[in-house]
Amino acid sequence: MINYIVRRSLYGVLILIGVNLATFFLFFTVNTPDDMARLNIGGKRVTPELIAKWKVERGYDKPLYWNEAKAGSDKLTDTIFWERSVSLFKLDFGRADSESAGDIGTEVARRMWVSIQLALPIFILQIISSVSFALLLVMFRHTALDLAGVVFCVVMLSISALFYIIVGQYLFSRVLRLVPISGYTGGLDLLRFLVLPVILSALSRLGTEARLYRAMFLEEIGKDYVRTARAKGLAETAVLFRHVLRNAMIPIITSAGGYLPYVFMGSLVFESFFGIPGLGAYVIEAITKQDFAVVRTMVFVGSLLYIASYILIDIAYTWVDPRVRLS
Amino acid sequence: MPKFVLLWTDAAIWLLVLALVAYVWLASRRTNLRGTWRKVFADPAAMASAVVLVACLVVTLVDSVHFRSKLPPAPGTTAGVVAYDTRTRSLLDAALASLAESRETTYSRPLAYESFTKETVEQGGRPSRVAPRLLHGGAHLTDPAAQWGGDIARLVAVGVAWGVLGAAVAFIAVAAGVARRQRSGLGTAAGTIWRGEIALPWRVALATAAVLALAIGIAASLARAYHVFGTDVTGNDVLYQTLKSIRTAFVIGSLATLATLPLAVVLGIMAGYFKGWVDEVIQYVYTVLSSIPNILLIAACVLMVQVFIDKHPELFETGLERADLKLFLLCAVLGLTGWAGLCRLLRAETLKLRELEYVQAAQAFGVGAGRVMTRHVFPNVAHLMLIVTVLDFSSLILYEAVLSYVGVGVDPSMNSFGGMINLARNEMSRDPLVWWPFTAAFVFMVTLVLAANLFADGVRDAFDPRSRTFRPRVLKPAAAAKP
Repeated sequence: MINYIVRRSLYGVLILIGVNLATFFLFFTVNTPDDMARLNIGGKRVTPELIAKWKVERGYDKPLYWNEAKAGSDKLTDTIFWERSVSLFKLDFGRADSESAGDIGTEVARRMWVSIQLALPIFILQIISSVSFALLLVMFRHTALDLAGVVFCVVMLSISALFYIIVGQYLFSRVLRLVPISGYTGGLDLLRFLVLPVILSALSRLGTEARLYRAMFLEEIGKDYVRTARAKGLAETAVLFRHVLRNAMIPIITSAGGYLPYVFMGSLVFESFFGIPGLGAYVIEAITKQDFAVVRTMVFVGSLLYIASYILIDIAYTWVDPRVRLS
Repeated sequence: MPKFVLLWTDAAIWLLVLALVAYVWLASRRTNLRGTWRKVFADPAAMASAVVLVACLVVTLVDSVHFRSKLPPAPGTTAGVVAYDTRTRSLLDAALASLAESRETTYSRPLAYESFTKETVEQGGRPSRVAPRLLHGGAHLTDPAAQWGGDIARLVAVGVAWGVLGAAVAFIAVAAGVARRQRSGLGTAAGTIWRGEIALPWRVALATAAVLALAIGIAASLARAYHVFGTDVTGNDVLYQTLKSIRTAFVIGSLATLATLPLAVVLGIMAGYFKGWVDEVIQYVYTVLSSIPNILLIAACVLMVQVFIDKHPELFETGLERADLKLFLLCAVLGLTGWAGLCRLLRAETLKLRELEYVQAAQAFGVGAGRVMTRHVFPNVAHLMLIVTVLDFSSLILYEAVLSYVGVGVDPSMNSFGGMINLARNEMSRDPLVWWPFTAAFVFMVTLVLAANLFADGVRDAFDPRSRTFRPRVLKPAAAAKP
């Protein structure tokens, strides 16, 4: 198992190198720092001096890969590639591109906790609600209730998450005045701010996931061990909860695990709609301010989390299913 | 003669239509494909949604013929020099010119005759707050408070009449088609359809078409004198905007999925077929790609596209062309970033197929690798391609809204559901509430996405061998008993 994790981690590093090269190519070779400066300064104010100043401030005036002017190892390290790409592996993200913003690393570390506060309840509620809804439908399979449930799911998944947010905010915050529309604070008061985004987020994905899980359960239910369980006289609920649910856990973990990176990254849309200063909102801010350094860093952080969560999923397999051996 | 402009997405859409026609022709000649597609359309939900999708496709196509109209020669210019309008317009714009040009000053409620916001005017020496009359909505009414209800009722009645007429024409056309096929009289065929005694659910399709025809008839009739869905903050007709948004949604849904196909198919089949280092490299590439959270990757690419467009102003002449180039590049970005999932599926399927006897027989006969892949492997994974394409269509339409919200979607000047929702966000927090742009976007978007989802489900059920279940064809006993 240790062996397996080490091997997967090494492959993960290989992938991170690939991600890094790809983003570097995208951000510095397809377009030069001059273009970025022009877009960032914007409008008619662009002059060569301003561009040069912008580049010096952010360290983009250095050569891309090889600095002839320096001596020794500085030839390699005093370049954009080294400072902006290789140093990401040391989790040294450098400063943001826009005027006021500071160091990206401290910002990421601070915002990550905010994101987790929102995303972890979402993740848990999502799994519980969609699995139990799917189980309910499976319990009443091939009845009118099942059909109605599936139709409900299809309608739910045809509605954009943005509609849920806008209607939810309107209904619960403006009409019923149950919770504040948006915002963030410390302490216990935080609950009041988090409850609406958590519920709406779980609701917006309920249709997609419940339908998927229902299909998974139905596939399991046709198997021989279920018939055996029924033949030995188990009640239907016992069959469903003790046998089907446990066996369907593997595909469920795979599909739910895909959302694990977002537990740390935060949901872009929900954070920004509800004014929660997490990583997702950070990304949206960076995009509107056209802050390339932040977007670049978040790509790296995102894939780091993705790789980490896939290793976690593999470990979860062994825990759920004793037959799985990692080797 | 106006100057026709072929936008990037126009060209892609028309190529797509050509490909669709070619596919229909191919499918109608292959017994197995024809049978499977019959199974798709035997599903009532799929049939009904196909009608909705065709209606949206028609709107898209009409909106995909662009031109710049000739300006009347201005005095003082030399003869022979023809000046063209700086605006690029589409056939849909021309057809809806009355809607597009009937601009009010600001918000107005659906079917209103006066403005939503009140203005202070002098009345008899004293200032008073009144809602001013609209420039176009209900402008023909002399005494709006008394005439309004009657006028609306009259227009709705006219619209219903047109809708019924349209539905009747559709019914007769389908009945005539069925009659030719069954070699029976028109009346008999109409009866068979009406009672649902026919293999394909034509009754459901016609019912959907009838609902659509009624909706279109009423909307068209009312739109001649009113703003059916009201107007937005700058006074533009909301109905017009939603109709224009259909094309954006359709373009994103179809072009972005199609853009994923070449890479996914070629690389997926190659990885599965060659195995070894080719497989390793391709797996590495798509793992790298899929390890970046999708929205971030798209955001990064779109930011770069913006820089690119900024740098190359020579690629477009008008604002619309610029927005269109952006949309086209957005589809390309979505395609380049979204092929990993399908590629993984195709690789796994090819790995299975290459061990089957018929592939090994082909190899034993000395057929080259390229030929085996195109002639023997590809046709047997094509169903996966089709299923994923139709499933992705609806999710991309939903995705567009999120991307536009994040700020990496379509150009703000281009009408799209995402843009409308974005504006609705502020409108929903106004007091009194401005609900109609949001509702209009919601109704149209949900209809389109729901139809796409139901159709995709039908396609998947018919084409996916795993989900193929035994479904007895239900024919009424009366029909079965007939000789």
